[in-house]
Amino acid sequence: MPEPAASSAFTESGLVDGAVSAAASGAPPPPRGARRVLPRPDGRTIAAIFAGGALGTLARAALAEAFPGSATSWPWPTFAVNIVAAFLLGYFVTRLQERLPLSSYRRPLLGTGVCGGLSTFSTMQVEILKMISAGDWGLATGYAAASIVAGYAAIHLVTGLVRRARVRR
Amino acid sequence: MSVLVWAGVMVIGGAGSVLRFYVDGIVASASGRDFPYGTLVVNLSGAVLLGLIAGLAIGGNAALLAGTAAVGSYTTFSTWMLESQRLTEERQYRKALLNIVVSLVLGVAAAALGRLIGAHL
Repeated sequence: MPEPAASSAFTESGLVDGAVSAAASGAPPPPRGARRVLPRPDGRTIAAIFAGGALGTLARAALAEAFPGSATSWPWPTFAVNIVAAFLLGYFVTRLQERLPLSSYRRPLLGTGVCGGLSTFSTMQVEILKMISAGDWGLATGYAAASIVAGYAAIHLVTGLVRRARVRR
Repeated sequence: MSVLVWAGVMVIGGAGSVLRFYVDGIVASASGRDFPYGTLVVNLSGAVLLGLIAGLAIGGNAALLAGTAAVGSYTTFSTWMLESQRLTEERQYRKALLNIVVSLVLGVAAAALGRLIGAHL
């Protein structure tokens, strides 16, 4: 029956838009605790995370397969996807939460899905472990430090850029 | 590498991302949102699992699907960095530093533990 489905979708987007237009019209920003509260996980949210995660994972896996490395070489594929994903996540989160009206699927699709699927913590940790096992503490330390500094800097940079663009407007 | 394997990478990667969303949400709502425990639990549990896969010394498509696709998509670097950066924006410097150092140190330890278990299975 298309009628009830259409009306429930309308109600849902109405609620979301209403909540955000209140926030966008000069209400104070939500406290930190409220920041990560997403629209209630419905089928659309989960489908968006699934689709984004599938794409992000495909890109990361393709790079990892195309450029295999050894335990004591710099893991460029992991390093690259992590920094790119950090940059994109900083962009999406800042722009979607602070600039654009919140949609019920953009953040799950682009943030939780694409960026979460594209970046990986576990692979980085196992790579560091293998470097340590191979006795290459210098590489392990350098890789960990470079990933954290570059990942952090990417988010800091893009957050500032997005906010500056808003102020200029 | 067949089309079927890459389709599997996508399906498993999507499922891993959905699992991350749920585990993060459950842990965060149980522990409060003062500290990003949700991401920490996701990343440490994933590090144990990927260490386990490394210890089992499986390769080829099985490693691609179970390691790179499943565990790789379940864990996240980008959210870890975002939450650390947002903590410093709120002048929660100690928590931000703690989030970075604890994740890194326990992450390597978790991977070592998983690899040890995997090597003895």
